[in-house]
Amino acid sequence: MMRFNKGGSWPSILRTQAYRIVLVYTILFALSVTALLAFTYWNTKRTLDAQTDQIIEAEITGLSEQYQQLGLRGLAEVVISRSAHGGPGLYLLANAQKQPIVGNLDAWPANMTHPDNFVEFDYQRRVENQLETRRARGRIFALTGGFNLLVAQDVHERYQTEQLFTTTLPWTVGLVLLFGLGGGALMSRNMLARLDSINRTSGEIMAGDLSRRVPIGAAHDEFDALAENLNAMLDRIERLMKGVREVTDSVAHDLRTPLNRLRNRLEATLRHLDPASDETAQIESAVAETDQLITTFNALLLIAEADAGVARGEMAPIDLAAVAADISELYAPLAEEKDVGLQISPSGTTMIDANRSLISQALANLVDNAIKYTPSGGKVTVTASDTPLGVELAVADTGPGIEAVERARVVERFVRLEASRNSPGTGLGLSLVAAVARLHEAKLMLEDNAPGLRAIIRFPRHPPRPR
Amino acid sequence: MRILVVEDDLEAQRYLVNGLKEAGHVVDDAADGETGLTLALSRPYDVAVVDRMLPKMDGLHIVAEMREHGNAIPVLFLSALSEVDDRVKGLKAGGDDYLTKPYAFVELLARIDALMRRRSPQAVKTRLQVGDLELDLLTRTAMRAGSAIDLQPREFRLLEYLMRHASQVVTRTMLLESVWEYHFDPQTNVIDVHISRLRAKIDKGFDTALLHTVRGAGYMIRARA
Repeated sequence: MMRFNKGGSWPSILRTQAYRIVLVYTILFALSVTALLAFTYWNTKRTLDAQTDQIIEAEITGLSEQYQQLGLRGLAEVVISRSAHGGPGLYLLANAQKQPIVGNLDAWPANMTHPDNFVEFDYQRRVENQLETRRARGRIFALTGGFNLLVAQDVHERYQTEQLFTTTLPWTVGLVLLFGLGGGALMSRNMLARLDSINRTSGEIMAGDLSRRVPIGAAHDEFDALAENLNAMLDRIERLMKGVREVTDSVAHDLRTPLNRLRNRLEATLRHLDPASDETAQIESAVAETDQLITTFNALLLIAEADAGVARGEMAPIDLAAVAADISELYAPLAEEKDVGLQISPSGTTMIDANRSLISQALANLVDNAIKYTPSGGKVTVTASDTPLGVELAVADTGPGIEAVERARVVERFVRLEASRNSPGTGLGLSLVAAVARLHEAKLMLEDNAPGLRAIIRFPRHPPRPR
Repeated sequence: MRILVVEDDLEAQRYLVNGLKEAGHVVDDAADGETGLTLALSRPYDVAVVDRMLPKMDGLHIVAEMREHGNAIPVLFLSALSEVDDRVKGLKAGGDDYLTKPYAFVELLARIDALMRRRSPQAVKTRLQVGDLELDLLTRTAMRAGSAIDLQPREFRLLEYLMRHASQVVTRTMLLESVWEYHFDPQTNVIDVHISRLRAKIDKGFDTALLHTVRGAGYMIRARA
């Protein structure tokens, strides 16, 4: 089945293989970027926290020594002196009610309750006459008598970096996705355009224009390599087709010339014979045999031509309903003589691009067969219809039909069923119909008409383009 | 009648020329394209029979040259080429009829007669008459011996073709091509059935038959037996 993508519309781009690949890679890339950033963030924070915690532990160790040696008062003095430094160290000595006694923190942080854990909290500090909320990390050192000492470090720099990290991450991932998918779409569009030109060309070639070639770009990329290979293949096919045409022409010429001479001689002999003599009858039957030979030969040649796609010259829009009516009219007296009802199902105009002569001949073969095999009193129905599956030309009869297993075989060349051996015919009738169908990208189907045979030629909805 | 035969297969040419001479024609022959063209342009012929494939100059070319020189004599192409689009090419090049080899000599003769008849100047006829059978081309009616004959449109065309070629052999293929416009041989001879129906309508109940079967050739309509 031919498929033409309409060049570069967005829904079709999103369906392309290239875009799917880009989509998967972009998502994987975004995930790994997120994971990488999260790991870096987590690891950095852990290392920095460990450093801070170490400093705090060391201070607590120092302060606890002071406390043991100098008591609460001594500790308070040390706290006051250390608080005065103005560095990152934060201290607050408080009573059992967590009311501050001394230290460089204004109030006891609300979330600071449990003595053994390092906890982060916000505190206020005056910097250049402005109150600033900053982040700190610290631990409680419990003293006797319900007193508590909070030892902490200002970690505001780290906290800000951390904030930066968490706000940047979604943006980074967003941008990765945006550029990835956008770039992917553009790339796919480009690829699709290249593939479209290849598809269009192959469509035109399938429709019979063998002279078409895939355009080659200047980039010398893999598409150009593909196009060059396709073109080389097409050159070869065209040469072969030309060869087929030349061979059929020369076979036609080489066989027709002697057949012509044979017929001429027989006729010349006939002209000099007494019409009533035995010889005349003999020679007349020899002429008839020659004519049969010629008919078979012509049918074979036509099948060969149709199969090689060389008989396309006269493709034009035709109305199948009109062809059906014409052929039925041609065969009406024959059917009537045999007492077979020949009728055409009414239908509207069914236009297709086709070779009128070949289609007429194919239909004539089908109708001829149908009348031939339908017993007196039977019925032959010719239908041209526009169905959802395609435009159909059908001939149904009420004859003996063809066994399901035999149906595929009768389309082959020279196959005649035992039952029809004795009736005249070349055995090429149905294979010719099949060849004509193939030439039009149509399909010949034989179905059970219960009783009888129903032969259908189904043309594709998009007819081959006229040359 | 003077006929030019351009055919390079000498045996086919001999049979053709002898046959035409026996039929009472005056025949000149040429075995290649150039000689054929020279003859066609220098002598008055009534019909030319030209093979499609010829040495020196092919058949299509000859006819194109003839038409170029204002020579309008009817040309019948003979061709051993495969048929499907060659017929169209032949007729486009200026040929008047096209016959694929091998052909029956009677077929060729009938077609030559038809071409000559076409050539002889005829007033535009509105009535055709053969014996007591009359065909009115304007009212599309047929009468025999004063009584109307009811004809289907296709039967009328069939009878009209036969009467236009009265006293000439008309082959089945000629009828199929001219009346039905088909260029293929149906498996069964459907034309015979059409003819016998037509015969039933125009000859049945009359003493003299007008529509005759010519054995081994085709049909002929004529007034006298």
